[in-house]
Amino acid sequence: MISELTFRERRQALWVSGAVMVVGLLIAMAGHDNVIAVHGIAAALYGGAFLLIVYRYRDAPEPSLERLAQYYDDPTKVGIVVSLVWGVFAMGVGDWIAWMMAYPDFTFDAAWSSFGRMRPVHTTGVIFGFGGNALIATSLHVVQRTSRARLPDQFSPWFVLVGYNLFCLLAVIGYPLGITQSKEYAEPEWYLDLWLVIVWVTYLLLYLRTLARRQEPHIYVANWYYLAFILVVAVLHIVNNLAMPVGLGIDKSYSLFAGVQDAMTQWWYGHNAVAFFLTAGFLGMLYYYLPKCAGRPVYSYRMSIISFWGITFMYMWAGSHHLHYTALPQWVQTLGVTFSVMLLVPSWGSAANALLTLNGAWHKVRDEPTLRFMMVAAVFYGLSTFEGSFMAIRPVNSLSHYTDWTIGHVHSGAMGWVAFIVFGSIYSLVPWLWKCERMYSKYLIEIHFWLALSGTLIYLISLWNAGITQGLMWRTYGESGELSYSFLESMIAMKPYYVARGIGGFLFWSGACLALLNVLLTIRQAHAMETDKSDLTVSAGSSLTPADLPLTTEQRA
Amino acid sequence: MIFGAHYKLEKNSLALVLAIIVVSGIGGFVEIAPLFTIDETVESDPDMRMYTPLELSGRNIYIREGCYACHSQMIRTLKDEVDRYGPYSLAAESQYDHPMLWGSKRTGPDLARVGDKYSDQWHTQHLNNPRDVIPESIMPAYSWLLRNTLNAANLTDHLTAMKRVGVPYTSEMITNASNDALAQATADPALQDGLFARYGQDTNVRIFDGKPDTVTEMDALVAYLQILGQLTQLPYKDASLTDATLEE
Repeated sequence: MISELTFRERRQALWVSGAVMVVGLLIAMAGHDNVIAVHGIAAALYGGAFLLIVYRYRDAPEPSLERLAQYYDDPTKVGIVVSLVWGVFAMGVGDWIAWMMAYPDFTFDAAWSSFGRMRPVHTTGVIFGFGGNALIATSLHVVQRTSRARLPDQFSPWFVLVGYNLFCLLAVIGYPLGITQSKEYAEPEWYLDLWLVIVWVTYLLLYLRTLARRQEPHIYVANWYYLAFILVVAVLHIVNNLAMPVGLGIDKSYSLFAGVQDAMTQWWYGHNAVAFFLTAGFLGMLYYYLPKCAGRPVYSYRMSIISFWGITFMYMWAGSHHLHYTALPQWVQTLGVTFSVMLLVPSWGSAANALLTLNGAWHKVRDEPTLRFMMVAAVFYGLSTFEGSFMAIRPVNSLSHYTDWTIGHVHSGAMGWVAFIVFGSIYSLVPWLWKCERMYSKYLIEIHFWLALSGTLIYLISLWNAGITQGLMWRTYGESGELSYSFLESMIAMKPYYVARGIGGFLFWSGACLALLNVLLTIRQAHAMETDKSDLTVSAGSSLTPADLPLTTEQRA
Repeated sequence: MIFGAHYKLEKNSLALVLAIIVVSGIGGFVEIAPLFTIDETVESDPDMRMYTPLELSGRNIYIREGCYACHSQMIRTLKDEVDRYGPYSLAAESQYDHPMLWGSKRTGPDLARVGDKYSDQWHTQHLNNPRDVIPESIMPAYSWLLRNTLNAANLTDHLTAMKRVGVPYTSEMITNASNDALAQATADPALQDGLFARYGQDTNVRIFDGKPDTVTEMDALVAYLQILGQLTQLPYKDASLTDATLEE
């Protein structure tokens, strides 16, 4: 893999790894009496490790020019495996802390292991570790195929992937130590935020440089979504994380915004992290892998245009529905509901477009668990977006907000939609990339499918019950006009639901373990088989065949 | 027509980038920018005081431990919430909160007005092991708070950073930050005059954790919890603010 890099690219890798190591050591020295030193040392070790790895290949010959005739998929291959490793780790943490809510002493009597510190390990690990790596890996695969162009160089994709994982790793090391700025889904402190900006700008430039090399006049739909994901996440990340550090050798910073303005900025970020990280990016995945796998063109090109711009425009208004009945001015809350409800149109547009694409391929959905993963993803996408719009309506929100219903809703999106589309895409992508006919075991995929589906349903149903029970108990009045239940009573009533949720989570996690196992076994046996390499070669012809690209009917005409 | 224009747009990556930024930028701009300029967004409240250095340290421990993941600090304008927790939260009450800790989930109860509701001893016992006080509680035990000595060394830098983002700490408050933090949790009257002069006579000065010899992280966290909802008396005084528009 590293010997595929040119001399120049290997030199770049050495310089950057060395720089990360030096900056890590400087941070460790500057913050020797602060917990930031741990981050400094971890960064230095990470940089040092890559320095050593690349250095071992210093005398490898310059790779042959033949490489330029093939798409560059090494970062995608690594990204897929890393994504699954993050998934197994972070879903495992999630299930562990879920059990803590039923059995609070199911923990170590140590600061690092308490629920409040482990929760962001779960959320960051799943969203950014599992989801983010899957997005980076697939986006690099998709943009090359749909542009019929190789990545412009071989260093920057590695910088993006390795640098991004440094961010995730340091974030997840930091939370158990208490390093957090408390903003949900934006917990990493100021110096990690700065690092992510560098990585992300490189990612954007890499994507645009690849598009600039395209041999296909049109930019395919999947790329619009990946582009929106990269661009908007950059804007959200930068604005929401504006903060004043306490000092250079100190982990802590204070947000630039306070109170009501901070709340609005945070939930503008938080909701659009859902929209552009957990929706737009994965819609990009859906728009490539689902039609490819079904062997059908995308049902409607016009519907994709309307849905894309609808989502891009409307989502950004919807964040204030997280702040109903709070000290946020009423006019902002009203705008939030309005756009949240309207969002249903483009959201269902995308879901319907995906499901209608499957028309004519339903026998494959029945027979192929891989395609079934994607079909269920589209269904859950439709269901969660409906639920989201519903929960944004003020009276519904007065019941659901602050309860476990919200947690259930998030997981209907994260498990049912995001994880399902990732698993489906990975199961179809792995055999293509490793040049083998199929995954190691279709049987394992089938088991994974049913574990994931039953786990998700148990999880969702238990938390719907939990949330609605909780919300109703909080607002029930007795005959003499006093509140019927103490808070404690409402909490005690949650226990059976929390146990059920823990079971559902465990099933889902077991499925993710099977996915990792199946992928590793496929890779191990891949080299023994020799098959068609056409999907790996930059096609030289003047036009794409449907097999290369899931073109829409209109585009084909 | 629209689709024809789009047919051209999707051939130009930079135009597509620009279009995405503009189209996505509108919503956030319209909703967020006015919050900084419209005066009514935050009620004016001359009585509102800032956190003392000890309370600020306690707040940072609250953040470090992730308390916000299970406790909100935002009482909504709903009748049952006002009956359960007290007057609904005003924007003025979190105007010095960088960042805000309104929260999104109530695994445990809202804490916006928990200050002065329980004794220091109750809080200390409860944080040390919640099940000593409430057998059914599912809150984690934070036993290390009593063992950890409070790190008050960098508090001057902390207050400076807070001042830079707009909290009106005076230079006197900033210089004395570390001493003020220790003075608030010790019984030495000699140290306390300056603290009262800077933060007001109502400042809670006592040994919060019951351990007179050291200032622990427990002291700081309990001091913070005891001030929640007590930084201003405005919500309790002005009845028109609290009865007006409650929804059932």
